[in-house]
Amino acid sequence: MSDRRTISVTINGETYEREVETRLTLADFIRHEVLLTGTHVGCEHGVCGACTILLDGRTARSCLMLAVQANGHEITTVEGIAPNDTELHPLQQAFQDNHGLQCGFCTPGMLTTLIEFLGDNPDPTEQEVREAISGNLCRCTGYQGIVAAALDAAKRLQGQETAGA
Amino acid sequence: MKPPPFTYHDPRSIEDAVALLAEKDNAKLLAGGQSLMPMLNMRFVLPDDVIDLNLIDGLAGITEDGDTLVFGGMTRQRDIEYSDLVARRCPLMKEAILNVGHRQTRNRGTYGGSMSHLDPSAELPSVSMAQDAIVTVQKKGGTRDIAMADFPMGYMMPSFELDEMVTGIRVPLWPEGHGYAFEEFARRHGDFAITSSAVLLDVEPGGRISRASITVGGVGPAPLRVTAVEEGLTGETGSVELFTEIAEKCREIDAMEDVYAPAWYRQHLASVLTRRALGKAFSRAANGTEMTLR
Amino acid sequence: MGAKMFGARVARLEDPRLLTGRGSYTDDFHLPGMLEAAFVRSPHSHAKINSIDTTAAKAHPGIVAVYTAADLPEYLRDMTVPFQVPNPAISQPFQQRLLEDREVCFAGEPIALVVADSRYNAEDAATLVEIDFEILPGASDCKSALEDSAPMCHADSANNEGAKYTVGYGDVADAFANAHLTHREEYWIHRGGGFAIENRAVVAEYDELQDMLTIWSATQSPFLVKQNVVDMLGWESDKVRVIAPDVGGGFGPKTIYYVEEALIPLVAKELGRPVKWVEDRRENFLATNMERDQYWDMEIAVDADGKLLGVRGKMIHDSGAYMPWGIISPYISATTLPGPYILPTYELETRVALTNKVAVTPVRGAGRPQAVFAMERLMDRAADKLGIDRVEIRRRNLIPTEQMPYALGLIFRDGKPMTYDSGDYPKCQAEALRIADYDGFRARQEAARAEGRHIGLGIANYVEGTGLGPFEGATVRIQPSGRICIYTGGGDSGQGHWTTLAQVCADKFGVGVADIDVQKGDTGKIASGVGTFASRIAVNAGSSVHLASMEVREKALKVAAHMLEAAEEDLDIEDGRVVVKGSDLSVGLAEIARAVQGMPGFSLPGGVEPGLEATHYFSPSQSCYCNGTAVVELEVDPATGWVDILKYSMAHDSGTLINPFVVDGQVQGAVAQGVGNALLEWMIYDDNANPVSATFAEYLLPSAPETPNVGVVHIESPSPINPLGVKGAGEGGTIPAPAAIMAAIEDALSPWNVEISGAPITPSMIVEKVRAGA
Repeated sequence: MSDRRTISVTINGETYEREVETRLTLADFIRHEVLLTGTHVGCEHGVCGACTILLDGRTARSCLMLAVQANGHEITTVEGIAPNDTELHPLQQAFQDNHGLQCGFCTPGMLTTLIEFLGDNPDPTEQEVREAISGNLCRCTGYQGIVAAALDAAKRLQGQETAGA
Repeated sequence: MKPPPFTYHDPRSIEDAVALLAEKDNAKLLAGGQSLMPMLNMRFVLPDDVIDLNLIDGLAGITEDGDTLVFGGMTRQRDIEYSDLVARRCPLMKEAILNVGHRQTRNRGTYGGSMSHLDPSAELPSVSMAQDAIVTVQKKGGTRDIAMADFPMGYMMPSFELDEMVTGIRVPLWPEGHGYAFEEFARRHGDFAITSSAVLLDVEPGGRISRASITVGGVGPAPLRVTAVEEGLTGETGSVELFTEIAEKCREIDAMEDVYAPAWYRQHLASVLTRRALGKAFSRAANGTEMTLR
Repeated sequence: MGAKMFGARVARLEDPRLLTGRGSYTDDFHLPGMLEAAFVRSPHSHAKINSIDTTAAKAHPGIVAVYTAADLPEYLRDMTVPFQVPNPAISQPFQQRLLEDREVCFAGEPIALVVADSRYNAEDAATLVEIDFEILPGASDCKSALEDSAPMCHADSANNEGAKYTVGYGDVADAFANAHLTHREEYWIHRGGGFAIENRAVVAEYDELQDMLTIWSATQSPFLVKQNVVDMLGWESDKVRVIAPDVGGGFGPKTIYYVEEALIPLVAKELGRPVKWVEDRRENFLATNMERDQYWDMEIAVDADGKLLGVRGKMIHDSGAYMPWGIISPYISATTLPGPYILPTYELETRVALTNKVAVTPVRGAGRPQAVFAMERLMDRAADKLGIDRVEIRRRNLIPTEQMPYALGLIFRDGKPMTYDSGDYPKCQAEALRIADYDGFRARQEAARAEGRHIGLGIANYVEGTGLGPFEGATVRIQPSGRICIYTGGGDSGQGHWTTLAQVCADKFGVGVADIDVQKGDTGKIASGVGTFASRIAVNAGSSVHLASMEVREKALKVAAHMLEAAEEDLDIEDGRVVVKGSDLSVGLAEIARAVQGMPGFSLPGGVEPGLEATHYFSPSQSCYCNGTAVVELEVDPATGWVDILKYSMAHDSGTLINPFVVDGQVQGAVAQGVGNALLEWMIYDDNANPVSATFAEYLLPSAPETPNVGVVHIESPSPINPLGVKGAGEGGTIPAPAAIMAAIEDALSPWNVEISGAPITPSMIVEKVRAGA
């Protein structure tokens, strides 16, 4: 008989209570229990970064966590980045303006990683951006558009801050 | 690539965790998960029980105890990276930690987990070896300390028992103004190093080296303190010629071989990286001089 | 009508959905009652199967069914995948069975299929399938596989030669006999797989009410999938619909039809429940096609000025155990070698070897990087031996523009004689050198050397046949709402077809791209299609969209003339409305669309056929040829072998550009894959053909710090072969990369007389060469 637990996980501000097998990965929980399919699975061994989410504000590879480990925690996925249904977050807008995505499969992981990174380092150099996303593989873009988007977003977010100051 | 079935435990105290370890004969400890989860997903390990350490309070933290930094076993690598205390008092560790994986893995990965996994080229075991760290392990019934020199038993095999777990690491610190450098060579940023060299130098005014620590990672099955090589530095005055000559001796270390890096290349890198690390460490020492070795 | 959308750097329409996590990739589908599948695959590269016992697996909780070959309907047990691209040169056209139960020929070959309530349970049951294997020796390296003592890839074969053919023209022997200089060298070029971040996946649902089977597959070619499902399973074509939803990267391997795409629909229908199979990354390493090794034994003949007289040689190509795509890859290699040069004589004999590894089918570049490597390295050697600058020798041999169109004397994969349709090769090379600041390089190199640093520069040229036929169609339909919808058969795995095809259409109606929807990759929406591969969509689908849009435009004007009681010559289309020039009179496209829907009893205005739509299947008369030049400046650390690319420059000519923004992205992404081929990506097998690299920890894809920015200068030599003048743009960045990078490494390490005759190269290989030359 499989080992099961009831867990309560808050994702993008909404709390989900589910009974799950303890071996269910967090990535599979998000995608197939909660049906938030924006978080993607690319390798299941912690290299490609497509599954990256924010756990209590810190990036984590959701393929390398068990769903039960998220019990009582707060998760942000790509679906929780935009401020509302009609607007894009400046980082997302910067991606579109700089052709930072092609197939879109690595994109959710790139976005969550950059959200955290730009929070830690609001005025990065290009090299710092590249190192920040070194744990996220993209096979389409050659990273150039992504890096340009991150640097562009950094400026926009700083502008927002000074505008609001 | 889904994990096999197991029974999951989430103990809330170290005592409960070690009690489980004593009871279960096919259990795995889940710390940061960055090493265990890939193995579970690939079914390379088939534990009956997984013991999650993440809900135990008091197992993480960085504190100063005189000339020692005390780390709880579950201290996240990210917290080491951003710790002012580590940056000030153990700059070798600060330099090394930036090479550990990627930001996502450092958010979850732990010091104790890295030590227990003991990959031959992992940075934290190398730094621990360089600094003569002392590892505290606990089992049902008691704790004991293991000197870092005695900690590795073999390839990815630490010397503690199956019913023991790492609860802390004490890192003796070098005096202010010491020289330090961590050099590594990997195929890509964040990859496991093929080879690394961690150097600590105590330099007296005038450039005389009073104490040296050289640890080579990724060459042998575990990080290796090359004490014989260190002895060649003690009492000598730092110079390009000295460091070049000393570093050459690292070519004689017994080296592992696999399809990705031949043995001679690891030995070669050990020599090159040690040479560079010596130059950097000497440059950084308060009583050293600026020196760049290629 | 002005050109406002066509040619503009339009931001992509695809992006908002994808950026907010609202993409629909195949694994995102959750259908009521859906089951999940897992495969039992051969752990051995070559083995006889004595028995398979699925009893324990079937009894596992959550398992609905377990299939081996014996459990399939009788007509499918021995059926093999239809031979997609036959060729008389192929002597042993082995194709894969759906499930193997006699002799497995590559590690990863499927043996059993488990269907369960969850993938987790399916994998548990898969470990319970007991198979009695008798391990056989494996043919591993393609070169040694052709030797007499080699183990047989297929046990009953007499040899491992799958095909043999020669291409060429001119009197090669004479050219070599009278040459001023000849040089012979052997090259080994290894390329790995596509490794899209999304693995393959198939979902199938049989709707009993409608007697309709729907298949969603992460494929580049839904029509190819449909064709093969229909051919293999024997179902009626109009009862099968294949949809490629959002696909997370393709790069070639997802073009090919795989056995999973027949098995999953089969069991879905049989079980009466939707079934999903998602490939995991380990399966992707084992059982998704890739490129692999080629060995070239080549000779170049030149005169005293370095002008080419001839190239000849032999090439051995690793096909893997099966040939799902015939000999397309090596044939492309063979016909790509002449490149942009006047090559008076040429001869290449190719032997294709069967090995106990997964099949080789095209990966971005499709055999061209290997050919370019051989040719460009030969040019470098000839230059060095003659004491001519490596750039100069190329300049002397480039086909001048006045000679275009230029017939090579070879037949291309499309069966047509190869004629380069357009291209300005000298300008392309000059432009690449300009943006690379070639003139300043030697000074930079000397300055670096003075600092103890070693930088080098390399150059490589290529010509690439693109826009392959036979066709890719498009229906352009104006809806009663006035929105324009385009339907086309090729899938999209990141190329931005919605945006670019909308750009082709938009200007004809004076609308923006946001007024246009593009539905692609769905066999239910357009009657015929082929697929998105070989850099063919801009040419084929783009031209079809153009022609269909023109036809719709003309019809709209005709009907509007009738509705407005004006002459067609007095009409124009602006902002989605047909206007009478110089007046306020107009009628919207929506109204026109509704007018031609038809009202019972009333004739259609203007006597036209119903519907404001048109369908065209553009069929090119031949391939069109792109070209480009890569110039790479890099630094090598001779002590560690570390390579750091400092400046990557490309001059890229893919004809008229629909969206330069998108083309830049294609070039940059393609360069990254070329960098991977040169410095990182290596599928390692042991001597028995068992894979050693099977995860991303061992097989290294370039990450951001290892990938250079690419400076791109676009040159547009329109193709006369299609109405838009476009050419394909997806692969050009990859093709010259290994050649240019190796040339640059050699240049950086010239103090040690380093020569590099293969790819990839690793840091330890570099150090070894430096030590040998010290």
